[in-house]
Parts: sequence; C-alpha cells; structure tokens
Amino acid sequence: MARMKFLCDADRCIECNACVTACKNENEVPWGINRRRVVTINDGKPGERSVSMACMHCTDAPCAAVCPVDCFYTTADAVVLHSKDLCIGCGYCFYACPFGAPQYPKVGNFGSRGKMDKCTFCSGGPEADLSPVEFQKYGSNRLAEGKLPLCAEMCSTKSLLAGDGEIIAQIYKERVVKRGYGSGAWGWQTAYKENIAI
Amino acid sequence: MRFGAHIRLLVTGLLLTFAVAFAVPASAQQVNPTADAVRERQFLDALKGNPQAELQGRITIPDQKAATLERPAGRDWRAFHQGTMLRIAAIAILGTLLVLAVFYLIRGRVRTEAGPAGTTITRFNAFERFVHWLTAGCFIILTLSGLNVTFGKLVLLPLVGPQAFTNLSIAAKWAHNFLAWPFMLGVALMFVIWIKDNIPTLTDLRWFAAGGGIIGKGHPEARRFNGGQKVVFWSVVLGGAALSVSGFYLLFPFYAGGVLNLQFWNVVHGIVSVLMIALILGHIYIGSIGMEGAFDAMGSGEVDLNWAKAHHSLWVEEEMQKARAGADNRLQPAE
Repeated sequence: MARMKFLCDADRCIECNACVTACKNENEVPWGINRRRVVTINDGKPGERSVSMACMHCTDAPCAAVCPVDCFYTTADAVVLHSKDLCIGCGYCFYACPFGAPQYPKVGNFGSRGKMDKCTFCSGGPEADLSPVEFQKYGSNRLAEGKLPLCAEMCSTKSLLAGDGEIIAQIYKERVVKRGYGSGAWGWQTAYKENIAI
Repeated sequence: MRFGAHIRLLVTGLLLTFAVAFAVPASAQQVNPTADAVRERQFLDALKGNPQAELQGRITIPDQKAATLERPAGRDWRAFHQGTMLRIAAIAILGTLLVLAVFYLIRGRVRTEAGPAGTTITRFNAFERFVHWLTAGCFIILTLSGLNVTFGKLVLLPLVGPQAFTNLSIAAKWAHNFLAWPFMLGVALMFVIWIKDNIPTLTDLRWFAAGGGIIGKGHPEARRFNGGQKVVFWSVVLGGAALSVSGFYLLFPFYAGGVLNLQFWNVVHGIVSVLMIALILGHIYIGSIGMEGAFDAMGSGEVDLNWAKAHHSLWVEEEMQKARAGADNRLQPAE
C-alpha cells in the first residue's frame, strides 16, 4: 500500500486558492470551515512564499495521540481519518495539531464545538465507501474511486502534489535538480520527520 | 495609412521588448529572488531558541486563526498531556489514597476521647451546609468528568466500548461545562461566609507544631477552624479561583489569545485539578471514616459538645460566652 502524503512545492504556488475552493466544493465543507488554506509568508517582501496547507496526515499523528475518545484511525494508505460518531468536540486535537487542521462548527452555548472536521485526503470516513452518509459527514471519497485529492489534481501549476510519498518526492527532486534550488517541502519535517534529500 | 500606423506600433513595440531584454545583465536573469525564501528547516532552527514560535503568514479567508502555517508547540502540549499529566494525576490521586489507607491502618479512626456528651452545639447552619454541599456535589461530578478526559480511554473505553464511551463522554463534557458555574458560585460564597474564621493566626502554628491532634497526642486548641481546615479553605479558594479562571478561558476558546494560550490554561487546569482532588480526598477521609463525629458538622450541622471541646476548644468557649451573653440579655427585665 502507498504512504499517502501532500507536498506543496512553494516555489510554484501562485496563491490562486483554487485548491481551497476545489476542496470546499468537492467535499461540501460547512460554512466557516476550511479544510485547506493558502498562507503567504513574507508577504510583499523578497522571498515571499505561498504554501497550501491542510492536514498533513502525520506519521505518529498528535491529534490521534491526545484524543480522549480515540476517534482517530489510520487507513492502509496511511491517511489519518476520524469518526464523527465518536468525536465529542473537546478541541484537544486542535491544541496538539502543528498545522491547525482540525476545525469545529460552533454549536450551542459557550464555546461548545460540534464534531471536528478536517481534511480526509479525499478518502471519506469509517462509513461504507461512497455511501451518501459518508459523503454527508466527511465529503468525497475519491481514493475509493481510484482518484487522488481534488486540491492537488486541479492545481494549475502542479505546486500541490498528493499521492504516494515516494513518487511525489521523486517529482519534487527532479524539479529541484532542474531549477537548481528547492522550496523546502513545507511541513514534511514536522509531519513525517523527514526531509527530501537531494 | 491606418495600416502603416499599426505596423509602426508593432515594430516599435518589438524593438522595445528586445531592448529591455538585452539591457538586463545576463547574471540578473539567473537570480530568482524566491530561491532564498524561508524554508521549514530555518523555521524549525529558529524554534530551538523559542519553542513557542508560530509561523504566521497572510491569508485571504476570513478565519485569521488559519493564518498560522505551523505551530509545533502542540508537541510539547501533547507530551505533557500524554505523559506528565498522566503521571502527576496518577501519583497525586493514587498516592493520596495509598497514604490515607496506610494512615487508617496505623492510626485507625480518631475517637472522641471523652466519649459523647449527649448534648450538641450548632457548628454549621443550613446555609453554610447548603453552600458546602453545592460546591462538593459539583466538585465530585467535575472531578469524574475531568478525569474521564485524561484516563477514560485507558480505563473506561476498553470496558464499555467506543460508542457507549463517546455517549458518556459527551454527557460528561456537558456536565463539566454547566456544573462549572454552580461550582464557581459555591467557592465564591464559601469565601464570603468563612473568610472571617480563616485568617491565619499564631494558634494555627501551635496547632501544626502539636501535629494537629491527629498525629501526636492530645488536642492543641483551635478556634472555629484549625490550621488544617484553614489550609483546606485557602486551597479551595485559591485553587478554585485558578480552576475558574483557566476553565473560563477553555470554555470560551479564543476569547483571549490563541491556541498557545489554550494549551497553557489547559496545563494549569490539569495540574491544579489533580492537586485539588488529592487535597479533597484527604478532606473526605477526615470528614468521614477518619474521625468519629466529624461528619455531623456537615451532616446535621450539630456536633457533639465533647467533640467540639476536643477539636475546637477556643471556638466552644466563644460560643458559650455568646450564648451566656444572649441569655443575660434575655433575662434583663423590661423597663
């Protein structure tokens, strides 16, 4: 089985936010929640970079470690998913996540959170693949259809890569060799404890 | 004529383009200003000096919290929550239970040496007892629902299964969120009604020096609250305040500060909670099986006179004087 990863080649990201829009549309993400976002660092300065970021589906995921009800699981493709039936909306995964991926619809009194929502690598949830209830809770399950996440698939500059970690790392390496410099594979060190050695 | 003008414009434009292209030095064409842009490696290196650093950027979606690209500080919180917190809680709670069990086996139940007097004296009136049990009832449910967050998945989840555990945890979460308010009210009321009897005095030092009458022999004198009770009072007031403030921030996420603040308040809430639980376990012990006659104070509010004389001699004298003064007043003939 593949080890699914995201890789944003920040040198190519033009901050068009198509990945953000594609994700929202494909998964019919609720209002106020962004599973994917584009952050621009050093905005307006030399060395400005835009990075498309979502859940990185970490190795040894912190969200899963701190969850008080153990609602997370890792699929055979190494995608970190969770069960909205089991989630109690405590917010601990948001405290622990280095990428700010988990988000909660606001429901009821105080700061009470609804069931957590985050990027699923377009691979649904624990319900039966491609069932309406799976779509309603988690959005699209493109992996079950043999497709990769839509954000990366429709990235116009192919900055955002999604797929088997070794394959996307190879694509990135070839680019780095060709253009002479890398863009750092944002999030890899934090999520996977590895850098792409060129 | 118009066609000629178009051609002239096109040729001029092309010439200008070439001129600009050739005017730029060859070396400048090779430089990409973003090639030296900040990398994750540099950010992580910077974290070594400041582990709380967050990498902030600019974002076009309305949720400005999402402008944080990376916040590795969550790892420290994870290490705390999955390691340190579990150890502190286990040591504080199990350790206290163990100490109490050993103490009970050695010392046994503290008896009233003079035996029951048969007459009683009012120690706590109905309102005081209401405030105590309001706070105590909330505290017990807050304790169980709070411990569930830390220990539930280790202890309860394997027993009842995932869905039942989730249902229970959601109920516990709501109970924790709502009972926090009567708990805060209870602590505030206790502070108001008992502060006057809880100012530390020299008598308390003598009380501690004599082992509080439970470790050593003989009963040191005490007023309405002895040194140990004052420690409980101030721990509940200050600990309750710390729990209230930290809980308030956790209950209203992002009311002040970001995720780093939530992590901080969560750590404060967790540590103060387990210390309070350990303290209250001792309090429950001494108020129930640990000492004969102690429960009556918060049960019926009436304690045996000999118990009161043994444990709160100065207080009994004061009460007797007050009663005599009251009786004298009543005996005054009408003029």
